[in-house]
Amino acid sequence: MTPFRYSRATDVADAIRQSGDCNTRYLGGGTNLVDLMRETVERPEALVDVSGLSRDIEELPDGGLLIGAGVRNTALAEHRSVRTRYPALSRAILAGASAQIRNMATVGGNLLQRTRCAYFYDDDGSRCNKRLPGQGCDALEGFNRNHAILGASPSCVAVHPSDMAVALAALDGVVHLHGARGERSFPVADLHRLPGDRPDVDTLLEPGELITAIELPPLPFAARSTYRKVRDRSSYAFALVSVAALLDVEDGRIRDVRIALGGVAHKPWRAFKAEEVLRGGPPRAAAFTAAADAELADAKPLAGNGFKIELARRTIAAVLGELAGETA
Amino acid sequence: MSILKDAKDLLQGAVQGAMGKAVAIAPDSWMPGGEPDPLIAMRHGHVGRPHSRIDGPLKVSGSAPFAAEFPMEGMAYASLVFSPIAKGRILEIDTTSAEAAPGVLAVMTYVNAPRISPPPVFLSGAKAAGGDDLPVMQEDVVRWNGEPVAVVLAETQEQADHARSLVHIVYEARRALIDFAEAKAAGSRTAVFMGEPLHLEIGDADKALADAPVRIDSSYSTPRHNHNAIELHAVTAAWEGDTLRIHDASQLVAHTAWSIAQMFGIDEKQVVITSPFVGGGFGGKCLWQHQVLASMAAKLAGRPVRLVLSREGVYRIVGGRSPTEQRVALGADREGRLKALVHSGTTAKTASNMMAEPFIVATKSAYASETFKLDVRAVELDMLANTFMRAPGEAVGTFALESAMDELAEALGIDPIELRMRNEPEKDPTSGLPFSSRNVTEAWRAGAQRFGWDRRDLVPRMVRDGEWLVGMGCATGTYPYYRMPGGAARITITSGGHATVDIAAHEMGMGTATAQTQVAADRLGLAMDEVTFRYGDSTLPGVVLAGGSQQTASIGAAVSAAHGALVKELLKIAGNDSPLAGLKPDEVASRDGGLCKRDEPERHETYVSILGRARQASVSVEAEAPMPLETQHWSMHSHAAMFCEVRVNTVTGEPRVSRFLGSFDCGRILNPKTATSQFRGGIIMGLGLALMEETQFDERKGRVMNPSLSEYHVPVHMDVPEIDVIWTDIPDPHTPMGARGIGEIGITGTAAAVANAIYNATGRRVRDLPITLDKLL
Repeated sequence: MTPFRYSRATDVADAIRQSGDCNTRYLGGGTNLVDLMRETVERPEALVDVSGLSRDIEELPDGGLLIGAGVRNTALAEHRSVRTRYPALSRAILAGASAQIRNMATVGGNLLQRTRCAYFYDDDGSRCNKRLPGQGCDALEGFNRNHAILGASPSCVAVHPSDMAVALAALDGVVHLHGARGERSFPVADLHRLPGDRPDVDTLLEPGELITAIELPPLPFAARSTYRKVRDRSSYAFALVSVAALLDVEDGRIRDVRIALGGVAHKPWRAFKAEEVLRGGPPRAAAFTAAADAELADAKPLAGNGFKIELARRTIAAVLGELAGETA
Repeated sequence: MSILKDAKDLLQGAVQGAMGKAVAIAPDSWMPGGEPDPLIAMRHGHVGRPHSRIDGPLKVSGSAPFAAEFPMEGMAYASLVFSPIAKGRILEIDTTSAEAAPGVLAVMTYVNAPRISPPPVFLSGAKAAGGDDLPVMQEDVVRWNGEPVAVVLAETQEQADHARSLVHIVYEARRALIDFAEAKAAGSRTAVFMGEPLHLEIGDADKALADAPVRIDSSYSTPRHNHNAIELHAVTAAWEGDTLRIHDASQLVAHTAWSIAQMFGIDEKQVVITSPFVGGGFGGKCLWQHQVLASMAAKLAGRPVRLVLSREGVYRIVGGRSPTEQRVALGADREGRLKALVHSGTTAKTASNMMAEPFIVATKSAYASETFKLDVRAVELDMLANTFMRAPGEAVGTFALESAMDELAEALGIDPIELRMRNEPEKDPTSGLPFSSRNVTEAWRAGAQRFGWDRRDLVPRMVRDGEWLVGMGCATGTYPYYRMPGGAARITITSGGHATVDIAAHEMGMGTATAQTQVAADRLGLAMDEVTFRYGDSTLPGVVLAGGSQQTASIGAAVSAAHGALVKELLKIAGNDSPLAGLKPDEVASRDGGLCKRDEPERHETYVSILGRARQASVSVEAEAPMPLETQHWSMHSHAAMFCEVRVNTVTGEPRVSRFLGSFDCGRILNPKTATSQFRGGIIMGLGLALMEETQFDERKGRVMNPSLSEYHVPVHMDVPEIDVIWTDIPDPHTPMGARGIGEIGITGTAAAVANAIYNATGRRVRDLPITLDKLL
């Protein structure tokens, strides 16, 4: 680990003021950033601790929720409104990491965690365009079983590791930002970038910009939402494929649907094409599979992860079947 | 160099072979274990009771000192720089920025390191402990990806870790032989294990196979594995004058002391190694470069040095299990009796070590077949030396053999347990030796009943529970009884009647100190709290390896020998005024805090009385265990019947083990509580072997790409179901205490039981470990 300065922000304005230096990073629970610093993948000169800011979950008048960026993952997963009105989010968080890590990790930090690609982590011995743009990618021809099947580029085939973000993307979550140029917000599904030729840039955040809150819109049919994570062991493993979905069925027709995928792309992957196929149609197994096929039509396997296409197809269909009350 | 060594091994093997024949035909009574250990007949002592671990309170309260926890005045902390290339030379080293960093005391590289000799590689001599025989930071040559190339010493660990990232090294990489397939294409050689070639032929197995009315012929593969003991490898080293004091996490203190002394060119008594507590060994806590580098750095800096490997460091410099590619071909008559048993294949090692994964060892005594053809070939790669990992050979060899037995049962249409029973040998099928004790049939019977084996459907894919397919599988586990030469122990009894047993043995969390205190108490006729068992110190008697599941037997035989010497000495001291006067040592036993005539227990005198009359403060004797000739006179093995119930998700392919039972035949169980944990731990490790463990070794660079517990998967709690453990508890009449080793057998057979259950659930036969969900989609 490279030595760094540490300070604690008193409020959002103070955090933004302190982040003037572009080699400053905001510190939440530190469950990923500190690991990356230990591996010298991240070498910030200063950390501004924002974990004490915005730790409330607020019920909004319109029926939505405003979740402070400093809320711990455990607190969010256990929140009564989240469990009853947005169960996909609660399940996604509980499917991630371990109890100890969830107790530390913040909502803002969870969104900004970085890929677990082994070559990204191996500062001493591997090439990685995300770590050092232009260096090359050792994952392309190396171990890529966990890597992307959608939206990858020749520069980077890494996937985003978050479970929580997948649920937020499906639930139409909105991320609120504060920066030197003021406040703005946009959908969680748009927060993360595809790698293109700049895989070193994970998100649309500008330097010094701080996530202050996540807003969940009132979405009555989100009460019928779920999250399914497929992985190599029962706990403490990243998703090979995960699916967050919510389904609104009325009179034998799908009135509305949201689907997001994890473990398949550089970002939480909102499955707009699948949603389009389903809307207005019957909630049948054949329709679910057709929707999955539509979403995965552009999927490109690497040498080690071809199984993910079939796995995603089956998991999408099974999750939708479960929500529709069918047995898979 | 390695060819010469192998030739020496072969010669040694030939000598052993000749002597072995003589031992085999000698009378039983000439053998150690020829007369059953008297403790076997003692049914109401401490042995066999579920005593809680005597080190439990120390560990729970955090007061058991581990290797990284010994404070020393003026300690310097070390951090290692690892090579990112597999083979080549160091062209330039720039340590300027590292040396200028805060707190840095020194940066050691091959340029300024103390000159020492290479380590004596394990199995090259009685006390050799080295994982390989490569020079330690002596040259500009790099031999594996991950080899330590610099040690940074600083006032704090954080300072050392930071300065480590400031060491700049320029390498000249050379072409390395890393790729297993490429190496195989270039040629392999017959592997050698413990001095014997891993090749055996009885009859014409190829012809018998071709002629057999029923046969299966399958290929299996197992990946690389790395050691992941929870305690990281750690060492605290200090020079006190010419004496080197090392606090180590070790499963072979005496070997390590001798080996390090050889390297530094000093007397073995000048190296003192203690290792009172070890947080898991599994074959990995032996002599690797960290102990040597810490000792060198301590010399260079003139200060004590603490070196704790990072988790990545363990993967870079501590060897693991090598990959195997195996073929098992079985030919049988229509009743399932084996006519041919072929088990062959290839594994990888290095030119610098003597350890080829011996995956045919279990096959040698498993089944009665008319013909055998067993063969292990090895290629040598430019990589970190591989090493022992829980049941080396048996863990992966039984996966192939026992999967193949399941395939044969399927081909024959008979129950897989019944198939095994029909091939149960009366004597060792390849050595011809009688078994010392073999009750595997009883283990199968008891296990099948308890597990509910009769509920299993012979036809796969018949049981469904929602999304899940459910199946049952079984397999035989087995591990040899070993007892290595070199065991010795000292017993001291004070005039107050307290006994201390001293032996350079090891407690790695498995309960050795507890079980051996029970044994010593029974052997001496004392209460548990009247016995202190001291271990984990190289200055104590004995050269004892906590490996090969042989430590219990090794300690048992040594303490038994010392007890014999003690009786002799006490009779001498007792003199003519004692009720014991005139008795010969073999007429005397220990009982009720003293000695008595074996068949006349009331003719008794306490230790306190004997020493009191002689006005002696204490009596102390030391003795060596006899040579372990019993292993060449009998075929000695532990056995297990493993039962698994598995669930496989039809949507995702996820395999999850829902029930497991291990039914063991391991001789007498000394402590049911600690033994149960040992068995369960082995089975859990076997579940990892079956379903998830795999080192991602990038064959382009020879680099391990998942050196962490988050990316190298071992089972988590949710992967482990209730594991039921039962045993026959039938004493082996030819081993100390009637016990055979239990440390490794749990991992054997387990992977095959899982794979066979998956076949029964899904109809899909996976022959390539680990069985991840993509193989079941």
